[in-house]
Amino acid sequence: MSKKVAFLQGNEAAAHGALYAGCDFFAGYPITPSTEVSEVLSLELPKTGGKFLQMEDEIAAMAAILGGALAGGKVMTSTSGPGLSLKQELIGYGCIAEIPCVVYNVMRGGPSTGMPTGPSQSDVMCAKWGTHGDHPAICLVPASVQETYEEVIRAFNLAEKYRTPVMVMPDEIVAHMRERIVFPEPGEIEVIPRKTPTVPPEKYKPYDTSFGDVPPLAAFGSGYKFHVTGLNKMQDGFPTTKAEIVQAEEERQVRKVDANIDDIVTFEEYLLEDADVVVVAYGSTSRSARYAVNIAREQGIKAGMFRIKTFWPFPDKQIKALAGKVKGIVIPEMNLGMCSLELERCAQGKVPVLGIFRVDGEPINPDQILDKIKEVK
Amino acid sequence: MSRYELRFSGSGGQGLITAGIIMAKAASIYEGKQAVQSQSYGPEARGGSSKSEVIISDGPIDYPKVTECDALLAMTQEAANKYSHDLKEGGILLIDSDLVTNVPPGNFKTVSFPIINTAKNDVGREIVANIVALGAMVALTGQVSRENAEKAVLSSVPEAFIELNRKAFSIGYEKALAASAQ
Amino acid sequence: MAFDYDKWIRPGKLPHIWCPGCGHGIVMKGLIRAMDTLQLKKEETAVVSGIGCASRLPGYIDCCTLHTAHGRAAAFATGVKMARPEMNVILVGGDGDGTAIGGNHFIHACRRNIDMTYIIMNNYIYGMTGGQFSPCTPTGHKASTTPYGNPDPGFDIAKLAIGAGATFVARGTAFHANQIDKLIVEAIQHKGFSVVEILDDCPTTYGRRNKFKSVIEMMNRLKEVAVPVKAAEKMTAEQLQGKVLTGVLYKDETKPEYIVEYAKVIERAQAVKK
Repeated sequence: MSKKVAFLQGNEAAAHGALYAGCDFFAGYPITPSTEVSEVLSLELPKTGGKFLQMEDEIAAMAAILGGALAGGKVMTSTSGPGLSLKQELIGYGCIAEIPCVVYNVMRGGPSTGMPTGPSQSDVMCAKWGTHGDHPAICLVPASVQETYEEVIRAFNLAEKYRTPVMVMPDEIVAHMRERIVFPEPGEIEVIPRKTPTVPPEKYKPYDTSFGDVPPLAAFGSGYKFHVTGLNKMQDGFPTTKAEIVQAEEERQVRKVDANIDDIVTFEEYLLEDADVVVVAYGSTSRSARYAVNIAREQGIKAGMFRIKTFWPFPDKQIKALAGKVKGIVIPEMNLGMCSLELERCAQGKVPVLGIFRVDGEPINPDQILDKIKEVK
Repeated sequence: MSRYELRFSGSGGQGLITAGIIMAKAASIYEGKQAVQSQSYGPEARGGSSKSEVIISDGPIDYPKVTECDALLAMTQEAANKYSHDLKEGGILLIDSDLVTNVPPGNFKTVSFPIINTAKNDVGREIVANIVALGAMVALTGQVSRENAEKAVLSSVPEAFIELNRKAFSIGYEKALAASAQ
Repeated sequence: MAFDYDKWIRPGKLPHIWCPGCGHGIVMKGLIRAMDTLQLKKEETAVVSGIGCASRLPGYIDCCTLHTAHGRAAAFATGVKMARPEMNVILVGGDGDGTAIGGNHFIHACRRNIDMTYIIMNNYIYGMTGGQFSPCTPTGHKASTTPYGNPDPGFDIAKLAIGAGATFVARGTAFHANQIDKLIVEAIQHKGFSVVEILDDCPTTYGRRNKFKSVIEMMNRLKEVAVPVKAAEKMTAEQLQGKVLTGVLYKDETKPEYIVEYAKVIERAQAVKK
């Protein structure tokens, strides 16, 4: 039997990806250009017995999904720039209290209200540095409608596996463009369930590291009673200011992601074997980059592309290796040089990093990238 | 490369984004090609400028936006002025003859007929002007077959409006062929 | 026989953080008696709070407890309740947490009429941060950030809750300790969003600055201003000047409850499911 296909927007695909991953609780607040996610899930979630909430504001939507997750739900919210700013405190809460959740954020122009219908890639730093304090960050940046679907599923999996908020951040072009999507069959893509406790309720501690860096999480209402707080906490969930405990717990929270970078980081290498120039790109910009690389090759220029699929944790290892091989790195991005900073950090001055930075609400076109490729000597 | 680029432009509320979506759906779901549809619009739901872009190809489509336009539909004078400059040499410009009175100059083939009035008078409902225009674009571009395009139209509209849209598509298709032959 | 509070207190978590003379402990005891009266199952009960002195209460109670971020208790609790409608969800917090930073979540929880109970301990001040004025600090009073007297008019929490759509609104005081558990019992039993405001005191950061000579004087003030709703019916407007009504102020059993309404949404969605 042939698989089900549809012609969908990135945002619609994201909603369907969430359903595939078993999302049963969504809370959102209307914001351009991500509202289609809410619209699809308000239609589809109740059919599965799931809950869709439109909350009073962005913060409430984030709070509601964290509450929903603690009560056992597989949860997601969707938003865009200004909403991401508003949610940041509670994203931090999700990090310290270690609550699995998916934050789907469509990148539009900013700061503030900016250009609500214009594409942008200027939230990538906000995904890591937006909330205060040290914390783990996972952020996926899909480049097509199909990939948005699949990356939302992967985001749910990573959230459960590492017990932490995970962001999926398409730019407005990917979120709103329509392409054919082929739906996987049930079971075709792995869906990772939450690690729940095996110990009896009286022995349960919500941050019990004897089970490793990612302790099992019980659900309220499932027979376990425990305490959750946004304060620095001990393994039993209660607050502490004991220096050695706070230090160890903070380090563990970050380590859960840092020690598993190879499991989390994904990327695509395109024509890199003999490349002199590498275009590093992500999201819709990578589509322009691929087009430009193909034309460069036709013109005899040895260009290739490294496409970032996981923005955080950043693919340091891969970029460092590339920097030792190529003559130059070109980075087109719809911001004033955010990924560029990371590339410069990884390149350590070995090769020039040439940026094409655009914040006028227009996509970066292949010609611009081709011109920059030709600047690498 | 088989890449073919279409742009549907006009003002918000004319249904041009829908027309683009149906064209892309016809190519990608029914014709077995690949297609990407994207759009840009102002914050307002009605009025303001609106454009919908469709790329059709036999292979994977990288850049989802128009680079050199093969076929342009312009449903307002403003859209005709704004977008005709990046029409390819030998490309196609379809305009509503009542709304675009200053035909932009260029090395492309211009086809015109009163699209909105056709919808109003020949089909009976102005609201299906976008489907009249789509029928015309399908006829002029030859990127998808008439049958597949019609299937895409019919699968995209509410059941109660199937006949209306079938008629709009068909009249648009025929009118464009007639206008193109002139 | 004296009531055994220990069966509801988490072992090893006392002493609490509240200052001598603070009324929060009285409210906590009232809540515990209410939970005991209703024989709530600990595993099926969530106590959710925001930030502030009053919001530390959940840490002491032996059940599912969630100490969230400042002002966000109602929004977190809505998530818990929607994901597990069978749970009893009780919110606790102070006046600053609930009516300033959390004001939006508060009124929308009232509007939805979701079946949860919110106990607001109103001590007219931000205590934990050292006594800044809150939306409930009376006009003219002193706080660390109103050294010349508070220019702001205050909120009437009960009226706010009624106006926003809560279907059970009651008020008690920390002085009238025996009434607290009765109000909370009735609030929890009510099907819908119930609000219990407890007029409280903060001798440390509010009393000192406003010429209350002692905790006793603060408590006596609560005693003096409180007028039971029934008694108020027989009093003139003049007699009610400066008084605060206590007891069950509002009850509406006709407004649809949110969990019930959402179940209908699911029913409708599943009926059209292809």
